[in-house]
Amino acid sequence: MELVCPAGNLPSLKAAVDNGANAVYLGFRDDTNARHFAGLNFTPAKMADGIAYARRKGVRVFVALNTFPRPGGFERWQQAVDRAAELKVDALIAADIGVLDYASTRHPDLALHLSVQTSATNYEALRFYHEHFGVRRAVLPRVLSMSQVRHVVENSPVEIEVFGFGSLCVMVEGRCILSSYATGRSPNTYGACSPASHVEWIETPQGLDTRLGGVLIQRHPKGENVGYPTLCKGTFCVDGHTYHAIEDPISLNAMELLPELAEAGVKAVKIEGRQRSPVYVAQVTRIWRQALDAFARNPGGFKPRPEWTAELGKVSEGAQTTLGAYHRPWQ
Amino acid sequence: MSSGRSTPSTMLSPSSDSVPQRPRLSVGPISYYWPKDTVEAFYDRVAESSADIVYLGETICSKRNQVRWEDWLAIAERLADAGKEVVLSTLALLEAESELMRLRSICSQERFMVEANDLGAINLMRGRPFVVGHSVNCYNDRTLAVLARQGMRRWVLPVELTHEALAELQAARPDGVETEVFAYGRLPLAYSARCFTARARNLPKDDCRYCCIDYPDGLTLSTQDDNRFLALNGIQTQSARTVNLIGELPRMRELGVDIIRISPQSSGTDEVIALYHRVLTGEMDRAEAMADLERLMPTGSCNGYWHGAAGMEREVLAVGAA
Repeated sequence: MELVCPAGNLPSLKAAVDNGANAVYLGFRDDTNARHFAGLNFTPAKMADGIAYARRKGVRVFVALNTFPRPGGFERWQQAVDRAAELKVDALIAADIGVLDYASTRHPDLALHLSVQTSATNYEALRFYHEHFGVRRAVLPRVLSMSQVRHVVENSPVEIEVFGFGSLCVMVEGRCILSSYATGRSPNTYGACSPASHVEWIETPQGLDTRLGGVLIQRHPKGENVGYPTLCKGTFCVDGHTYHAIEDPISLNAMELLPELAEAGVKAVKIEGRQRSPVYVAQVTRIWRQALDAFARNPGGFKPRPEWTAELGKVSEGAQTTLGAYHRPWQ
Repeated sequence: MSSGRSTPSTMLSPSSDSVPQRPRLSVGPISYYWPKDTVEAFYDRVAESSADIVYLGETICSKRNQVRWEDWLAIAERLADAGKEVVLSTLALLEAESELMRLRSICSQERFMVEANDLGAINLMRGRPFVVGHSVNCYNDRTLAVLARQGMRRWVLPVELTHEALAELQAARPDGVETEVFAYGRLPLAYSARCFTARARNLPKDDCRYCCIDYPDGLTLSTQDDNRFLALNGIQTQSARTVNLIGELPRMRELGVDIIRISPQSSGTDEVIALYHRVLTGEMDRAEAMADLERLMPTGSCNGYWHGAAGMEREVLAVGAA
């Protein structure tokens, strides 16, 4: 199984490459990708440097162009596709039908992967993208149970990549506009969820309130650890109860499913976190490399080592992890 | 399903676009889980209403089984007899093979037009005509062109796009394609594998006891400072506020919008249809209708997306607007 790691900048790319990634994914420095954060991502020149570095170590490079261009803006995505093609990247990770159509027409030799933002959760959808744009791989949204993943792989005309570790989107990616409902900016249109520009931290006599677009997301008592106010991880009131009504601050960790994912025929496992530090990328990549190597040596006896799980727990949101939708009771 | 009928009487036919016509009114699919009698009674009223088009079927959760496939078809026939154009709507989030099987039955029937809410449905339509629902991301004209080549006859504007984006998309709209706007209702904001209604009741999804039937307009989620923010509807999350674009009907006409969609709520939907109809025919002014509509909404209104603001915002109708 291929290990696909995040690279928010050149130091992260080097960290991923040096610690055992088989492929890295990255984006240009604008709203053409879904991690459009200040100070993150690559200019074309930096991307060329990154590609050269990865190539020397035999690591593949995928470029994410996984937002949805709106009228008037299509040219920017078109140029990004052209640039990625000129840089001879190993694959383009795209979501928008228009972008896929342009890329497959203009650059028929450029390998296309479906971004998780495509919301392709079933093999009929995958057949559409395969037939019309020659897509070779799809990243599955984090909504399928393990048995559903297996069923998709069995019937899919394209390779399947799944998320193994990182921040957990609770909603079907590409179809969640909670962020723009509160702020006007969504992953689809702007390339960011719960953007920092719309976050407020307000001290109160009781502690600290965090607001997104003016909406109270979290109320922290004094002394409590303060997390980032991602809308779906907030504390809300439903039916008289106050709790994490959508999801806890938690990360996905599917390492214990490696044997099942491999047996199902999943081709690649993806680590989330282009917005995280090079230290995070190095640490998570190294642990997952060790896990994949251990699995390759002894598939039947594979079990995540306690120290891996502990270390991954430390870099997780809310310091806790879950199997997410792979595990039906989570749903 | 009688496949013997060769001319689908209820299939839509895009009108010549040279003369801007009065937009038609549609009733979107019921997004909640209502008892069968409630659903039947609802469509009896819709049959009598001035709605032109009715979208039917379960789009949120395949476990909801009060109204079965045969029941939907019977309702569809009744509405067609009442002169409505009927469209069979499909599930937005497809995960299980059983869901694909149901989808295949919908997509292979030829009596009624199909609304595809996922690319899986578009794949199954195999070039036959279909409507593209708001959960399929049509954000630019190149996407519209690709889908039109596949058989798209109508598309629903994604709810987070602005009137300016719509204007540009209308200018580049492929021939023979109609445009529909989600103008009234709680906004569809997200879909998940997780059932948030079952979670609120401390039940696992696999043993949900169909508890969403207790919340005919969804379950309100409030912030800790009592701002009614979202509505949980099973695996779907909606806005608590109701989007209301009645003030924008003149702009929509100017942009050549063909269809205005009203999304059902458990009460007052027939009044909403009547108010929209009266504004469209010029019998009532927008400000007056707006005041009446505010009284029918569970949690007040919003229209921010249309104006390029946060979706939950509400821009007030300009003073003196007719």
